[in-house]
Amino acid sequence: MTHRKTLVRATVNQESVEFLCEPRQSLLECLRDILGLTGAKEGCNDGNCGACTVILDGRPVNACLVLGVEAEGCEIETIEGIARAGALHPVQRAYLESAALQCGFCTPGLIVATKALLDQEPNPSEERIRMWLANNLCRCTGYDKVIRAVQRAAEEMREVRA
Amino acid sequence: MKWFDYAAPRTVAEAAGILASHPGALPLAGGTDLLGQLRSRVRETDLVVDVKRIPELNEISWDAARGLTLGAAVPCYRISAHPVIRRAYPALADVAALIGGVQIQGRASIGGNLCNAAPSADAVPVLIALGAVCLVSGPGASREVRVENFCTAPRRHVLEPGEILVAFQLPPPGPGAGSYYLRFIPRNEMDIAVAGAGVAVTLDDGHIRSARIALASVAPTPLFVEEAGEWLAGKPVEPQSLAAAADLARKAARPITDMRGTAEYRRHLCAVLTRRALEAAIKRAKEERS
Ligand SMILES: Cc1cc2nc3c(=O)[nH]c(=O)nc-3n(C[C@H](O)[C@H](O)[C@H](O)COP(=O)(O)OP(=O)(O)OC[C@H]3O[C@@H](n4cnc5c(N)ncnc54)[C@H](O)[C@@H]3O)c2cc1C
Ligand code: FES
Ligand code: FES
Repeated sequence: MTHRKTLVRATVNQESVEFLCEPRQSLLECLRDILGLTGAKEGCNDGNCGACTVILDGRPVNACLVLGVEAEGCEIETIEGIARAGALHPVQRAYLESAALQCGFCTPGLIVATKALLDQEPNPSEERIRMWLANNLCRCTGYDKVIRAVQRAAEEMREVRA
Repeated sequence: MKWFDYAAPRTVAEAAGILASHPGALPLAGGTDLLGQLRSRVRETDLVVDVKRIPELNEISWDAARGLTLGAAVPCYRISAHPVIRRAYPALADVAALIGGVQIQGRASIGGNLCNAAPSADAVPVLIALGAVCLVSGPGASREVRVENFCTAPRRHVLEPGEILVAFQLPPPGPGAGSYYLRFIPRNEMDIAVAGAGVAVTLDDGHIRSARIALASVAPTPLFVEEAGEWLAGKPVEPQSLAAAADLARKAARPITDMRGTAEYRRHLCAVLTRRALEAAIKRAKEERS
């Protein structure tokens, strides 16, 4: 074993970044502990809760189940990159206005997963939303308000597009 | 997690070379099984070999004569969205949309599902039912292994040190084909199968020409119930035939009792799931013919 750190080059929230990490460090640890992006949360660290959701090359993934070194050459979007020019993204606003959070620990993951859905499907059914968010657990709010928030965001985004 | 090194070879030969010269090195595809196992120290290694940057492992290709070639590391989301797979191998599209949630499907591969060698792996009964063959490469000659012969015990399979699973070859389905996978879980999603049944059938006017049935979570390895499919061949498409095949599946099961269910309950599930999966596959086959 070399015990040598690896240099990783990637794009995070549309900026090129380079970081040195141990091959065993997860992308979640790299984002939080090396790059200081602490928005993605560590809930279970085993793929079940979705609090660590980020978008990797256009797909939502659990950052706790990706190695930092696997991100070489990839594009990553985290909760920190969702608001643009100081304005909340419609998905963020809809979660706030629908009171779809309490402690907020699950919220970054839910918002990132929701944005990934609405970017590819502007008008998902309730069933589709529930299945899509099945890998995002919330221990406080219950899921109904989350579903309403997603529907509200979808509606607003459709109006903006129209 | 214990320290390990990381390699990301770009060719099958390079991957085989690295694995052969580092005993104990582990291939990494989507990491949805492996990273949790390394973190909880169920497994340990000095070297992780990421195989998903190798083109052959990431390819889906279709040929009317040879059928489907599915790279071992292709993530589930690409499989469930693939138009040829959805039409010709619907059970494979179904199972790729049922493993985990979207975050897991963004990474998890069918090769990883098989090589993890869990009795509960959902994709494996489907691969067996569809007649899939594993294309294996290593330091020596390449070889082919039928999926039903791949797993040998929980967490054990036939790959030798240095060998990797490159792709699956699935024969073309032929006219009047239908396939289906059904599992029982206490929730609607994100759970491990108490039992599962994968089936593939082909029909000729009112008769079953051929059928293959395999089960999840009811034996130490995914279980091919060859006799149930053979028994069905030539039988009319009638409830009695399906019930009899389902009973053969129930008799073949060798389940254990654990926190997810008792052995008796699992045997019962085998019959119910097999019958319902057959009905659904037959419905698909009829739609295919019409
Ligand atoms: C939250 C969650 C939900 C899940 N839900 C399901 C579910 O519903 N159904 C289900 O069946 N599974 C489920 N799983 C388990 C897992 O996601 C699947 O088994 C998945 O298909 C594994 O694929 P992978 O590419 O991530 O494999 P990896 O974790 O990369 O690898 C798995 C094993 O296979 C070996 N391996 C991988 N590729 C190769 C290769 N090409 N050649 C040789 N060896 C190889 C690795 O060394 C490792 O031992 C779930 C997991 C999580 C965390
Ligand atoms: S912390 Fe990654 S899924 Fe829970
Ligand atoms: S708001 Fe507390 S976990 Fe979801």
